[in-house]
Amino acid sequence: MDFTLSKEHEMARTLFRDFAQKEVKPFAQEVDETEQFPTETTEKMKKLGFMGIPIPKEYGGQGCDTLTYAMCIEELSKVCGTTGVIVSAHTSLCAEPLKKFGTPEQKEKFLVPIANGTKLGAFGLTEPGAGTDASGQQTKAVLDGDEYIINGSKIFITNGKEADVYIVFAMTDKSKGTKGISAFIIEKGTPGFTFGTKEKKMGIRGSSTYELIFTDCRIPKSNLLGQEGKGFGIAMQTLDGGRIGIAAQALGLAAGALETTIAYVKERKQFGRSIAKFQNTQFELADMATKVEAARLLVYKAAVAKDTQKIFSVEAAMAKLFAAEVAMEVTTKAVQLHGGYGYTREYDVERMMRDAKITEIYEGTSEVQKMVISANIL
Amino acid sequence: MKIVVCIKQVPDTNEVKLDPVTGTLIRDGVPSIINPDDKAGLEAALEIKEATGAEVTVITMGPPQADAVLREAMAMGADNAYLITDRAFGGADTLATSTTLAAAIKTMEYDMIITGRQAIDGDTAQVGPQISEHLDIPNVSYAEDIKVEGNTVIVKRQFEDRHHVVKVQMPCLITALGEMNKPRYMTPGGIFDAYRSKEVKIITRADLTVADEEIGLKGSPTKVAQSFPKSVKPAGTKVVLDAKDSADYIIEKLQEKFII
Repeated sequence: MDFTLSKEHEMARTLFRDFAQKEVKPFAQEVDETEQFPTETTEKMKKLGFMGIPIPKEYGGQGCDTLTYAMCIEELSKVCGTTGVIVSAHTSLCAEPLKKFGTPEQKEKFLVPIANGTKLGAFGLTEPGAGTDASGQQTKAVLDGDEYIINGSKIFITNGKEADVYIVFAMTDKSKGTKGISAFIIEKGTPGFTFGTKEKKMGIRGSSTYELIFTDCRIPKSNLLGQEGKGFGIAMQTLDGGRIGIAAQALGLAAGALETTIAYVKERKQFGRSIAKFQNTQFELADMATKVEAARLLVYKAAVAKDTQKIFSVEAAMAKLFAAEVAMEVTTKAVQLHGGYGYTREYDVERMMRDAKITEIYEGTSEVQKMVISANIL
Repeated sequence: MKIVVCIKQVPDTNEVKLDPVTGTLIRDGVPSIINPDDKAGLEAALEIKEATGAEVTVITMGPPQADAVLREAMAMGADNAYLITDRAFGGADTLATSTTLAAAIKTMEYDMIITGRQAIDGDTAQVGPQISEHLDIPNVSYAEDIKVEGNTVIVKRQFEDRHHVVKVQMPCLITALGEMNKPRYMTPGGIFDAYRSKEVKIITRADLTVADEEIGLKGSPTKVAQSFPKSVKPAGTKVVLDAKDSADYIIEKLQEKFII
């Protein structure tokens, strides 16, 4: 067992860190404050290939691996949770299912522009009545000749209004339960496809989180992803990969808060000396650093497992469960170590703590991760 | 068209700290980077590549770990890379360095050679012009802009109080200023290619036609009398005044310092 990163992974990390510090960090506070999607930064990431890191070159991607992708999300999220989830939702939830389940024609038409950054992707599974219980889908798809007619709505959709291509789940046969769910590729601009409410969120406020509404939305039959009735499996397998992206986002938030706090405690003076000299600070930081490192090992292990194992659900669930809880704990402690300043929007840790909370909720709550893990050991 | 870009691996001086006791530079643990002027030269070459389809080759002389800057250059888009490395090249001053680099370049095809103006760890600005002398080709230094026109190059050259616009016949050597452009980032796929499918070719002493007394320590007539860290200029004072008051202010300040 070797925990050393290869030279290419080290260099990739240098690239992601450099980009995050120079191009993302300066705007993170403004993105949060104004709740504006960081279009300019996203355009830069598209040009640099950040939107197709684990996708093969033949489909317009960068031909790297999942570990490199996870490191990208980690470094972006160290300075801006919003930017991390834009790349994660696009790659894990749109590019990956197209890569795994798409026909050659679908890959050519949809995956190539997604992976080369021409288009942005999103994923629509959650509904008002179908959150953790994703099987309770109300959105319907009815085949009519060469077209499916989609009716229903999806909520809390990341990259909602900014995306061009959406992977959307709908019931094709309600009588079959989860075996009646199918996956579809729907393009922005399709008649009958509109946007509803924009969510006002606690954190990742620059991320465009919207309701998608389908009213007699006709899409070609050729936009069915995978086979009819196989949608639930596609959703679950996609979320296994997505959890690695979110785990990496959580890891980045924790690591970013830790780095920021280390710098702060060296500067901040109380009782005539820097607060880094106090044992309470030292012990808190030691705990935080240890947990961040443990989270990193789980996230990287899950990323490698995705490329080397057929099934990696447990690795992904453990990585997300642990990294999300570490993100919440470390960012909360970071605020505490900043004292009153940490509670103000002048300091990044305040935003990081708000951003961290969602990692315990989306793409499977911590409780769902525990269900996945326990089902495997009982 | 073939462009050779000479780059140097240098310590990132932004990260170098002074030893508070001895006052010397602490280089341990300092990351190595592509010298900024050289990186601007590489960016200029890559822009010419995009416009004309030129082939870009990067070379560096240094220890085996200088491999990293060549991989980085390939991850940015360079086509080929050569590491000129041998114990025999060690201890070289600028003359021995330029002799070695020129001998290596002679083994390659080139229309244009680009070097950085100077390296941030030595600040001599000598190696580029010396290479052009060894190769007997024209040299335009301090380039702020490079444009290829047929078999000539139009170079906007920085001068103290003005610019020179110089037209030069290829083959030629140009030394680039860091301010010339904003070098591109690597791409993730470029990094993987640089390590997994591209090769850094090695050039050693045995590959070069050059006399022993012209390379390494033997070929280095420079004796360093004293070295000192760069003095840091203070930030200065900024005033916002209209044109007449600005002129008065400047005159007053110059008189205060007995400059006029």
